[in-house]
Amino acid sequence: MSGEILLRAEGVGKRFGGFVALNGIDLEVRAGERLGLIGPNGSGKSTFVNCLGGSFPAHEGRFIFDGKPMAGLAPHRRGHLGLARTFQLPRPFNSLSVLENVTVPLLFGPARETSPAEARARAMACLEQVELAGRAAQHPRELTQVDLRRLEIARAIALRPRLLVADEAMAGLSHTEVAQMLELLFRLNAAGTTIIMIEHVMRAVREFSQRLVVFVAGNKIADGDPNEVLAMQDVEEAYLGR
Amino acid sequence: MTVKTEAALRPRPALPAGHIAFWGGAALLCLALVAGFRVLDNEYAWFAGYFILQYVLLATAWNILGGYAGYVNFGAAGFLAVGAYTTVALRKAFGLDLLPCIAAAACIGGLLGLGTGWLALRLKGVYFAIATLSLAVLLHTIVVNWSFVGGSRGAYVLRPASIPPFVSYGEYLFVVMLVLAVIGVGIARGIEGSRLGMGLAALRDDERAAEAAGVPTLRLKLVATTLSGALMAVAGAPLSHYTGYLNPEAAFGLAFSVNAIAMPLIGGAGTWFGPVIGAVLLASLQQAATVTISSAANLMIVGVVLVIFAAAAPRGIVGLIRGGRHR
Repeated sequence: MSGEILLRAEGVGKRFGGFVALNGIDLEVRAGERLGLIGPNGSGKSTFVNCLGGSFPAHEGRFIFDGKPMAGLAPHRRGHLGLARTFQLPRPFNSLSVLENVTVPLLFGPARETSPAEARARAMACLEQVELAGRAAQHPRELTQVDLRRLEIARAIALRPRLLVADEAMAGLSHTEVAQMLELLFRLNAAGTTIIMIEHVMRAVREFSQRLVVFVAGNKIADGDPNEVLAMQDVEEAYLGR
Repeated sequence: MTVKTEAALRPRPALPAGHIAFWGGAALLCLALVAGFRVLDNEYAWFAGYFILQYVLLATAWNILGGYAGYVNFGAAGFLAVGAYTTVALRKAFGLDLLPCIAAAACIGGLLGLGTGWLALRLKGVYFAIATLSLAVLLHTIVVNWSFVGGSRGAYVLRPASIPPFVSYGEYLFVVMLVLAVIGVGIARGIEGSRLGMGLAALRDDERAAEAAGVPTLRLKLVATTLSGALMAVAGAPLSHYTGYLNPEAAFGLAFSVNAIAMPLIGGAGTWFGPVIGAVLLASLQQAATVTISSAANLMIVGVVLVIFAAAAPRGIVGLIRGGRHR
């Protein structure tokens, strides 16, 4: 956890009408770190990711990624800078094959492979990383839930990200599948990718995270060692009630 | 590596060999059509052929935005009319021949498409469709009040009897539209197998996921609206020469907008071949109805066929042929 600060959120706020989804969030993520982000449903985790990825503009505050402010940057430009994300519900390109799904970020991402053939070869390498190479010619509708999650990750890593935000990548997976997904995320992190894991599967969060952040009702209520954070009374009350 | 995986890694078909086969095949088809019609020696054949080819180009142009990018344009007639009135205006102002007018129509249609895209592409789904419909209404109002091009009275175009080496002006118009249609279909086919086509397919399937994957969605949509607008205007550019008289009701006719949508949907939207099949099928049916029943039956035919396909083959004829394969 000794890397330089890769991402800094400074007072990020987001409202939907009168509803405050994020209330002045400050957060730092260091290069190479494995950060867990948890909170009950509606606590603002996905809104934070959407603001970070540029899908929604933040009403206040700003993100600084790798020393550069990201205000006003279109989502695809953020991807080119090295910020990749997966979606809570897998969002594959259904008319394209699994291989083509992963080819898209290679054709349009920061690397901009010179030829489609090169991009396809690189895409296959990404699929091999997530153990999906055998299904390259299939279409997303033919994939199981865990394979769809793998495809999301393959598409994200094809951008060669410095920071990967995995938004509930374990949701709906079996015990064994969670273990496989964790192994994959550990491997990516070991290869140098900083990872923010947003998750409800506590076993995975506890095992994966070096640091844990908790959101409740748009506020950051805890930030620290996972075991200490999970033992905090505020965190327990946020999940189980008073 | 399994056989399936190797097949997946194989490049898509739009490679030089495929291009040669396409352009060679298209050239042969064009020659065969012209030779066949000459043998028929019937002016109506050129007339009907032009009608069908005009729709091949219009449907192909619509498909670039509607089929590849998933943005439905209800204002195809507006773009077509811009092309038609570009020819009328330039001919009257400078006495230009048809071919330079077609080139000018492409530029103006492209600029209009770019402008429409810039203003409207932040809208999605039905809102974008309504915006394009509004654009057609706006253009119609402008033309009705523009006396230089005849306003609501319309404008006559005196066309020459023939242009050598063509036997008749009808043959000349047919050949011009044939070449334009082949170019249009070739452009669509080129897009389908290209980086642009892949990006458009991604944004059609899921725009947010495409953005997250690094696809510059707004830029690609602007390219699509520009190309689509240019080709629609080109489809309309010779219209005044074809009919000899052009008025706003004819140029902005509902049939153009409905056919531009129905033909790709029936043939198979999102594929280069689908609009060609749909246009040939529907335009032929409409021509047959015009000479046997009444042109008033045309839109009814389109409606009936569209309902049948929406219920029985929502992915169109190409989807039927491909069977279980995913789009």
